[in-house]
Amino acid sequence: MIETETKITAEVAAEHGLTAEEFARVQKILGRDPSLTELGIFSVMWSEHCSYKSSKVHLKRLPTTGSRIVQGPGENAGVVDIGDGLCAVFKIESHNHPSFVEPFQGAATGVGGILRDIFTMGARPIAVLDSLRFGPLSAGGGVSDAEAARNRRIFDGVVSGIGSYGNCFGVPTVGGEVEFEPCYSSNPLVNALALGIAHRDELFFARARGAGNPVIYVGAKTGRDGIHGASLLASAEFSEESRQKRPNVQVGDPLMEKLLLEACLEVMHTSAVVAIQDMGAAGLTSSSCEMASRGGMGIEIELARVPQRESGMTPYEIMLSESQERMLLVAQRGREAEVFEVFSKWGLDAMEIGRVTEDGKLRVLENGRVAAEIPAHALAEEGPVYRRPIAPFHSPESSAPLIEFAAAGTDLNENFRKLLASPAIASKRWIIDQYDHMVRTNTRVFPGAGDAAVLRLKESKRGLALATDGNGRWCQLSPRIGAMHAVAEAARNVVCSGARPVAATNCLNFGNPEKPEIMSQFSEAIDGIAEACRALDVPITGGNVSFYNETLGRGIYPTPVLGVLGILEDASCALGMSFRNEGDAIVLLQGTTHKREEDELRREFSSSEYAKAIRGVVTGAPPRIDLSAEKNLIDCLVALAMERAVESAHDVSDGGLAVTLAESCFASSGDFSGDVALQSDDATEFALFGESGGRAVVSVKAELLARVMEIAAQYKVEAQPIGKVTRGEFRIQVNGQPRIRGSMDSLRQVWAGALERALRGN
Amino acid sequence: MKFGVVVFPGSNCDEDAYHAVGTVLGQPVECLWHASEDISGCDAIILPGGFAYGDYLRTGAIARFSPMMRAVERFAKSGGLVAGFCNGFQILLEAGMLPGAMLRNRDLRYICRHVYICVENTDSPFTCAARQGQVLKIPIAHGEGNYFCDAETLAELERDGRILFRYTTEDGRLDDAANPNGSLAGIAGICNRERNVMGMMPHPERAVEAGLGSSDGLVIFRSMIESMSNRLAHSTKSGTEVKDSVPA
Repeated sequence: MIETETKITAEVAAEHGLTAEEFARVQKILGRDPSLTELGIFSVMWSEHCSYKSSKVHLKRLPTTGSRIVQGPGENAGVVDIGDGLCAVFKIESHNHPSFVEPFQGAATGVGGILRDIFTMGARPIAVLDSLRFGPLSAGGGVSDAEAARNRRIFDGVVSGIGSYGNCFGVPTVGGEVEFEPCYSSNPLVNALALGIAHRDELFFARARGAGNPVIYVGAKTGRDGIHGASLLASAEFSEESRQKRPNVQVGDPLMEKLLLEACLEVMHTSAVVAIQDMGAAGLTSSSCEMASRGGMGIEIELARVPQRESGMTPYEIMLSESQERMLLVAQRGREAEVFEVFSKWGLDAMEIGRVTEDGKLRVLENGRVAAEIPAHALAEEGPVYRRPIAPFHSPESSAPLIEFAAAGTDLNENFRKLLASPAIASKRWIIDQYDHMVRTNTRVFPGAGDAAVLRLKESKRGLALATDGNGRWCQLSPRIGAMHAVAEAARNVVCSGARPVAATNCLNFGNPEKPEIMSQFSEAIDGIAEACRALDVPITGGNVSFYNETLGRGIYPTPVLGVLGILEDASCALGMSFRNEGDAIVLLQGTTHKREEDELRREFSSSEYAKAIRGVVTGAPPRIDLSAEKNLIDCLVALAMERAVESAHDVSDGGLAVTLAESCFASSGDFSGDVALQSDDATEFALFGESGGRAVVSVKAELLARVMEIAAQYKVEAQPIGKVTRGEFRIQVNGQPRIRGSMDSLRQVWAGALERALRGN
Repeated sequence: MKFGVVVFPGSNCDEDAYHAVGTVLGQPVECLWHASEDISGCDAIILPGGFAYGDYLRTGAIARFSPMMRAVERFAKSGGLVAGFCNGFQILLEAGMLPGAMLRNRDLRYICRHVYICVENTDSPFTCAARQGQVLKIPIAHGEGNYFCDAETLAELERDGRILFRYTTEDGRLDDAANPNGSLAGIAGICNRERNVMGMMPHPERAVEAGLGSSDGLVIFRSMIESMSNRLAHSTKSGTEVKDSVPA
């Protein structure tokens, strides 16, 4: 019989975030009232963050299988077969609310959490990418000085936090993206993606097996930090009081994580380990009941044996602590000594705290007294599932009037410079330099040098490419089309590095799911992702859903972030974005070239970075998307890369063709420039700064131009030579009229220092 | 002729150094565990980059007390080659095996990027295969690489030609803007009086394959290999027992 200190009523349950129905379900599963500890356990496991109760029914619509997919959603990370007996293990996860409450530690522990998800599967992490969203760094346009200053502080803290954790741990941070919009001022997004490599026959899964096998706790001691991180921080809207939740944010110890990594990989090689899972959200609770549930077993643990950082912790606190850098593993009975030996070599605590049982229950003892006893499967898998109401949503932005194109003959040079200095487009050197992006000596295409990060593999001739993308503004205007663009652009980024996109992971950042219009955004975005992933053949292997990204009722733009993984058959074929030789032809590749009316152009242009940065307008709709054209472009670029037919490739996105061309010049070490002449029936502004998808700019040696045109035609991609790589002035003509010109030095100055100037508050 | 790469808890460039020496240069190499004092059989020791013991107190402050560092000190006293890269340099400073100290980078931020360093002196086992004034493109990755020492020490370093590398522009000019971290006199690497212990903040082990951005770091490893084989050849001539054979 379980002793209960207090009578657990529906009111107490409500304080834990459980509804009356959920509480009744708890009573039914247990056949009695829960103890306080049990209530705490249910409340975290059934929190939105851990149970996916609002998203589950929608996530089922995502494509999750494919010939290369070894493990789809449901494990600690997705696994993709990359040939040569190797697997890529990768996943993206959010750490949004903690990063708002405590930017440095919130972001640092976000990186720590996703790294553990990777090495828990037996893979050594080889790269991290971060997708970040903040409020504007500069005041103006409705953003106050105080708000901008706070945004700068959060941005600075998050970047240092990511750097400090990844740099010390020894994993290169090789890419990602960052955007700034007012809707993220009170709810920044910090999504971290990690990639690891494992031998296919050495993968580990979190499935407890073998009754009587010891359950071993390893890593950092348990403290009172992070209690209810998952249920209260990640599964509720923010209010004025949320800053008082600072104690709920955990503190990271990257050295401990590094030791844990080495020890775990070493102990996995002993074959004495049956199952292993990290203690992430919901700590000891989730790791124990999920391993038991997946393996169809039970687990019994004695809390008195759990290494503790402070005295007097209650079972409730120990079970709900989210102290970082801890793992739970199941070993083979009789081989415990081998496990302990490895952890002791690395100076880590390892303690047998329980055993696997046959009764299917999670039983928690405190000095022999039962503090909780819950059917593991019911707890982990039979939580509530909601089909929440959906109501169509019309964003206030989409009803604003569309922008007019500038009159013919308007000088666009100044606008071009302003665009280069907008934080979304400006050089990200200030961020990149703070991350060790070279450790482990695999980084072939450095951040900023290509559309995707490329890593060579020491074990194989192949290479891996990774990129993240998400356009909240577009998703706000049309969640479905915006989400499709996120998939398409991440895939295009990957293929611009020469790799074939093969799989994806997603981090779905949305507002409060209890609001029907938010669920509508979510459902639409899922449909968009599903359709694009099917068309481009990149199944979803996992990820995470982050709801309740609202502060004081103000929601973020719906922001699905896609991470796409690609494989290069030969890592030495990797492409960067930079022009490389004077005299090379600059060729624009486009999947589709359907003619559009001016109305559609204006609608599309009104949602562009140019409209936002120059005209201060967000309205209209994202560009139309043609997935078969995107697929053709992908196939074409893979063929061009494999044949080494192009010198560089860069996709056209934020800021349009003019910015794409400038970026290929900025990235070059030899200070190359471009001299380009465009022919266009569309408005000049649209031709220069429009963001229609399915396009990329490649540079080609003169003698290979004919071959490139031939390959493009073969894949039904239109290839249009538009200019040459030069060492002179940067020039773009439209229909014979010079529209943009400037010395590379002056343009580079505008672009290179803009982010730092914004951070200094001017 | 064998390299040993020391592994402290929190070293994270140990595998990179191992890869550079073992795979890229094809030299015998082994890892040396921090808790051991056994470095027998090694002819050169590399203290790799990373965050030994987390560097929570002060870079290198704890690592210097490890048993392996006692062995490394004895090894250096007997004339063995010791090279510290990045965190390894910081440890050598804390251990007093090289003079001076590291301050936080001038702008108080961690910096990872390729920089240019100029070979100031080729009279050392770490630079003998380089040309005087040769400019190397090698990455840095550190938060505390702002080298500092007192005026007397600096004068001694200058006088004795113990400054092996300085941060310069791509064409080898000393320039404040080319000094990434504010190091005194642009110092990127130095050696001890006996010239057998060297520390440098840049990571030569990250610059050994052109496909990864630069192979300019090779010259440092080649210098070490060349001077070791000269030494071995010399000791063979003088009749001393040679432990390992010199690879062709």
